[in-house]
Amino acid sequence: MRRLIAGLVLAGLVAAGIGWIVTAPDRLPEGSFAGVEGDAVRGELVFTAAGCASCHHAPDADGEAKLVLAGGQRFASDFGTFLAPNISPDPEQGIGGWSQEAFANAVMRGVSPGGAHLYPAFPYTAYARMDDRDLVDLWAYMQTLPASDTPSQPHELGFPFNIRRGLGLWKLLYFDDGWVMEEAEGQELVRGRYLVEALAHCAECHTPRDALGGLDTGRWLTGAPNPNGRGTIPGLTPDHLSWEASDIAYYLETGFTPEFDSVGGHMVEVVENFASLAPEDRAAVAAYLKALPDGGAME
Amino acid sequence: MNRFLTGLAALSLCTAGAAYAQDYSAQLKARQGQFRILAINLGTLGGMAQGKIDYDAEAAQMAADSVVAVSMIHQGPLWPEGSSEMGVDGTRAKAEIWDNFDDFGAKWSGLGEAALNMQAAAGTGQEALGPALGQLGGACKACHDTYRAPES
Repeated sequence: MRRLIAGLVLAGLVAAGIGWIVTAPDRLPEGSFAGVEGDAVRGELVFTAAGCASCHHAPDADGEAKLVLAGGQRFASDFGTFLAPNISPDPEQGIGGWSQEAFANAVMRGVSPGGAHLYPAFPYTAYARMDDRDLVDLWAYMQTLPASDTPSQPHELGFPFNIRRGLGLWKLLYFDDGWVMEEAEGQELVRGRYLVEALAHCAECHTPRDALGGLDTGRWLTGAPNPNGRGTIPGLTPDHLSWEASDIAYYLETGFTPEFDSVGGHMVEVVENFASLAPEDRAAVAAYLKALPDGGAME
Repeated sequence: MNRFLTGLAALSLCTAGAAYAQDYSAQLKARQGQFRILAINLGTLGGMAQGKIDYDAEAAQMAADSVVAVSMIHQGPLWPEGSSEMGVDGTRAKAEIWDNFDDFGAKWSGLGEAALNMQAAAGTGQEALGPALGQLGGACKACHDTYRAPES
């Protein structure tokens, strides 16, 4: 009997040990970005395309104030409410004290400088596909933004979702820095794929999620319930969105649908971002959406 | 007898319900109709701006004048308290409108300013339409960002 108990305890310890190991934060290789100097001017475009300000500006910020990344916006989900943190260059309350490498691990791996998993409300699963060059430029640009000493607010999550270590398992299931559209022919489609799947992280809202909150890549960009209120977020695959490519590009520039209804909700911020990118980028997004399969299953 | 009483109780509940829920269908039609008029005229201007329709100074001017006309409709009577998506079906107007009615009014004034700029620009040439439309789109977005619920 004693031996049985000892055996069980040992098995339990081994399982816990394996669990601890597999849920450990997976960082980028050390020195990945050593000696690379970012270009803040290019970084501004990355910042805009990635929509950083849209979620991280203060809840009621307008105009220039949207560049003060004080945080505080609330994002409801099935697991609780996430509060966007302060990512301004303030060394105490923001991320001004971080190294470039720490920033890269947060953005592309979802790992904090202290080694904790970040919640995937922060779309690092999309940013994981970011070019290294863009990451470095983005970091250079973000350091030029105004600092805010507003403290970050804690997320409002219940058990067990408040245990960050559990996200290690979630990442095993859902973290994948490969492309969803594996084959992309030509420069325009490649650029569109990069904007949609990586920087603009469109799938975060436009793709349905499973019970654990992972994106259902088999129904890629086919629309989803709105987690942050009533109504639905529309599908973007051709069976859902019949607009011409030029209509899609025009919408991203002006916010007008082909019927001259106008954009609303959080998408307003997305359109504001796209409006300040190059026309070729809007056309590239349109080309990608037109290349999607009906129903959103890639094979 | 019992059944009669139940029926009576049910009936009184129905009438009480009917007396309680206000009928805002006229206001809903009016405010959605004015947005339709805006959309149709913006369609003319936008089509010309994109080169999908040949530019016609007179037609552009008429469209812009119509947009101005709509923007001058006083909104107060169209938005009675309680006519939000929480209170009635068939609207996407969020309850926040009535929490910030002054701001809502300011957003409508923003449309008015953009409309006047379009009115001044529309007849002057095709290339003037784009920027003026941009401002109009900005006015639409500014309000829809906060006060319109997503499509269900």
